[in-house]
Amino acid sequence: MSGGDAAGRLVRPFTLTGGRTRPSRADFTLITTVTAVDPAPARAPRPQPEQSRILRLCAEPLAVAEVAALVDLPVSVVVIMLCDLLEAGLITARPPHPVSRTSPDMDLLQKVREGLGRL
Amino acid sequence: MAGSDTIAPAPAPPETVKILIAGGFGVGKTTMVGSVSEIAPLRTEEPLTSASLAVDDLDGIEEKRATTVALDFGRITIGQDLVLYLFGTPGQQRFWFMWNDLALGALGAVVLIDVRRPKSSFAAVDFFERRGIPFVVGVNGFYGEHPYPAEAVRDALALPEHVRVLLCDARERDSCRNVLIALLDQLIEAAIEDGGGGRLIRPPR
Repeated sequence: MSGGDAAGRLVRPFTLTGGRTRPSRADFTLITTVTAVDPAPARAPRPQPEQSRILRLCAEPLAVAEVAALVDLPVSVVVIMLCDLLEAGLITARPPHPVSRTSPDMDLLQKVREGLGRL
Repeated sequence: MAGSDTIAPAPAPPETVKILIAGGFGVGKTTMVGSVSEIAPLRTEEPLTSASLAVDDLDGIEEKRATTVALDFGRITIGQDLVLYLFGTPGQQRFWFMWNDLALGALGAVVLIDVRRPKSSFAAVDFFERRGIPFVVGVNGFYGEHPYPAEAVRDALALPEHVRVLLCDARERDSCRNVLIALLDQLIEAAIEDGGGGRLIRPPR
């Protein structure tokens, strides 16, 4: 039985977020792309080790889901850390392409269609 | 000139879009994501309580176990400025609270059907129909075998005419790509029908 282990994993990640369980900003979706600001702003607070790992990963633009998978932490935890990094000016975030059911973006659909055709 | 310390401006991050790969538990969603993704499929996990582990329908898929809500996803680079992500939705019905979030902002969905257990994907069809989210159906023939023609599956699922149904093999890259292309063709067709300004899909009946 791995109950003890599972319980440990439930608790531990949130120690990385100062005990907070909710992001202060709701604008990180799974496919929001985050990019480390390079060079880091001079007055930025020193990042924690886990935050530094995230910063190294997103030296190139990376989706939130990819960051979470690569650092092997739950998305909810990673989002909280990304909020802090964003507030510290250490990353930039780009929201996904908006998708509207009422006014479809034909250019976007064609572009995706062509991209898939090239696979 | 040499000695200049100006830094080349970082390339703008690509825009992102997503498509969901849905269906019942164990129908081949992760396999499909892996077949077309340019990266090895990644997995993010959210811990879950063990309260409902006993209720999973494991008929015919004895080896599958879960202690976390796992999201498997892959990536297809469409161009320098556009990346498509594919998300396999958690199959077990009790995790469908996550589907609402996942479906938000998705271009559409592929509902995979396991020919051996078609009923396991009925609820997924329902989910997208009720929310007016466009989808196509991929009939995943295990070991590539297709005992039923696409039209028989359409009838069994009582699918409206505009929903495309394709026989596929989740293990084959080309086959999965064709299912995704069918979804895009369906989206484009609907957009043309509506003159680009109306509803992308029909309202749920």
